[in-house]
Amino acid sequence: MKIHEFQAKDLLRAAGVPVLDGRVAKTPDEAAAAFTALGTPVCAVKAQIHAGGRGKGQVPGTGQRGVELAKSAADAERIAAGLLNQTLVTIQTGPAGQTVRQVFVESGCDIDRELYCAILVDRAAGSPVLIASTAGGMDIEEVAATTPELILSEPFDPDRGLAGWQARLLASKLELPTASWRHAEAFFRKLCRAFVSLDASLLEVNPLVLTKDGALVALDAKMTFDDNALFRHKDVLALRDEAEEEPAEIRAAAAGLSYVKLDGTIGCLVNGAGLAMSTMDLVKLHGGEPANFLDVGGGADVNQVTEAFRIILSDANVKAILVNIFGGIMRCTTIANALVEASTTVGFSVPLVVRLEGTEVEEGKKILAESGTAIITADGLTDAAQKVVAASKA
Amino acid sequence: MSILVNRDTRVICQGITGKVGEFHTRGCLEYGTRMVGGVTPGKGGETVADLPVFNTVAEARDATGCNATMIFVPPPFAADAILEAIGAGIELVVAVTEGIPVLDMARVLPVLKDSGSRLIGPNCPGIITPAECKIGIMPGYIHTPGNVGVMSRSGTLTYEAVWQLTQLGHGQSTCVGLGGDPLVGSSFIDILTLFEADPDTHAILMMGEIGGSAEEEAAEFVKHHVTKPVAAFIAGRTAPPGKRMGHAGAIISGGKGTAEAKLAALADAGIEIAESPADMAAAMVRAIEKRQAAG
Repeated sequence: MKIHEFQAKDLLRAAGVPVLDGRVAKTPDEAAAAFTALGTPVCAVKAQIHAGGRGKGQVPGTGQRGVELAKSAADAERIAAGLLNQTLVTIQTGPAGQTVRQVFVESGCDIDRELYCAILVDRAAGSPVLIASTAGGMDIEEVAATTPELILSEPFDPDRGLAGWQARLLASKLELPTASWRHAEAFFRKLCRAFVSLDASLLEVNPLVLTKDGALVALDAKMTFDDNALFRHKDVLALRDEAEEEPAEIRAAAAGLSYVKLDGTIGCLVNGAGLAMSTMDLVKLHGGEPANFLDVGGGADVNQVTEAFRIILSDANVKAILVNIFGGIMRCTTIANALVEASTTVGFSVPLVVRLEGTEVEEGKKILAESGTAIITADGLTDAAQKVVAASKA
Repeated sequence: MSILVNRDTRVICQGITGKVGEFHTRGCLEYGTRMVGGVTPGKGGETVADLPVFNTVAEARDATGCNATMIFVPPPFAADAILEAIGAGIELVVAVTEGIPVLDMARVLPVLKDSGSRLIGPNCPGIITPAECKIGIMPGYIHTPGNVGVMSRSGTLTYEAVWQLTQLGHGQSTCVGLGGDPLVGSSFIDILTLFEADPDTHAILMMGEIGGSAEEEAAEFVKHHVTKPVAAFIAGRTAPPGKRMGHAGAIISGGKGTAEAKLAALADAGIEIAESPADMAAAMVRAIEKRQAAG
């Protein structure tokens, strides 16, 4: 689950991590009032969307940047007006962009140096790891690709946290003045503690700023959370902003389905993430474009599978549907019953290609045959892909 | 022979009194697995599928002499169940449970490393030596005894590959589902090491997917330490890059993790690549025939 920058900063502030004072604004007037209330000579007005790359991102047509400095209340009002209810396109939103519904007006600070730091769980280390670099700012991925030696990393145990010496080692390698090491030690250790205590999956501070008076401040904050751990973080769950999410994906999540909308014409209903991705690969190999990724999971019942069909059919781009099920926990009879159920309650307006294999396959095929539902049966993956691509172009 | 499990493996099920635990315990029994008991705290003394239920893994171990466990405990308690099995000295721990918080697994891994236990999963279909022992949720009938070792990060994709192998007349020595979570107990390299040492495994088929660097590391290992023919498929070659929140994932992987990087690493290690998921077993056959032709 993702949250907004201002929400992440509230969580960090509560964890004792230094952040700047700021206010959320949903109208240009509120942005102007926020500037006045903060009382600093310069404020940053920042679009709040669930994607990064905002500094370089633009509103198409006007060229308004996703982050801009304001030197007066009027300035803040103008920038907010240029962002609110507009579509911001950044390198991470894709070409469709995302609508800006609120801006964060944040007080300024005197920046000496811009650094980078982030925490995530590293598969190779098998633990959370704090990574940092002297190369802060916007081109950090470029730095990682071309000069990986500038990326520092310190793994840490979730319960022991980051050791003091690890924080000092980072402070030293980041060439922070020795007078700032005490600040740095507190900053990094609290950041790591916040990551663990909130069950985050990513906590990124870019830039991390060394101020002219030698303190460290999180000038930006991006946080995502481990969906599997949200059951023990009701407070975090309350920060969810469904306006930032694809409606069909919300609907799928509510039904316990994993769905990602794509731009193609062939709806896919598959069990298992690996097989679902492979099915999309297969559709493309045979000249089609998948309309979605949909994993019904291992233990879906008839109601969930019927809902899956509704979601796929709600996408107007879908010209044909491919059902690819290899029964394990999921029984082919469940899929067959759901297909029959969906054909009567939802109705299939597009051709349906079905490939069944695995647990209770013969019984499943029998249910389909006896129901009289208009489906195209397929034997094996290649046959299924060829048939669905042909059907989508008919 | 085979790896990790055979007809002598004595298996308990943690979470046996749950609906799913009971269903798959019965499935394993039907397949012929030597299921010897189960564990659910507070339900010791009951029986499920004619098997004794114990309150703790240690009691189950003492009473049954089990050396493997299959875990179906719900996600909030599953990491603790894995730790309990490790604490009781169970040699093979197979965690099927999906949805365990990743930091819970970060707490399990150091304990696992300092123990004599091996963990398969979590979020995996399990492990099977055809006609001898099935620990997990895979449909048994698609497997045939034979000499191809199969390992994968994805459940149903493994079934697909095994089914293709069986249809082409190639049986399997052992099939291992490593699990789809970011942190799992066994890597491709761990299982490659076992397959390489197993005289009855003559060839190895692996299924990877985009993300992480496990496939690249496996390719490097194959290049230097595996003498048997290897074939591979990578799922997600055409997956569009998702909307991303930050840069850290790309930084930590240092350019690895994409399908292109994985395929290049696999090809460089002399691994036969399946271009299509319909072609996985065929790629295995090609790898075996190339090796035979090379003498």
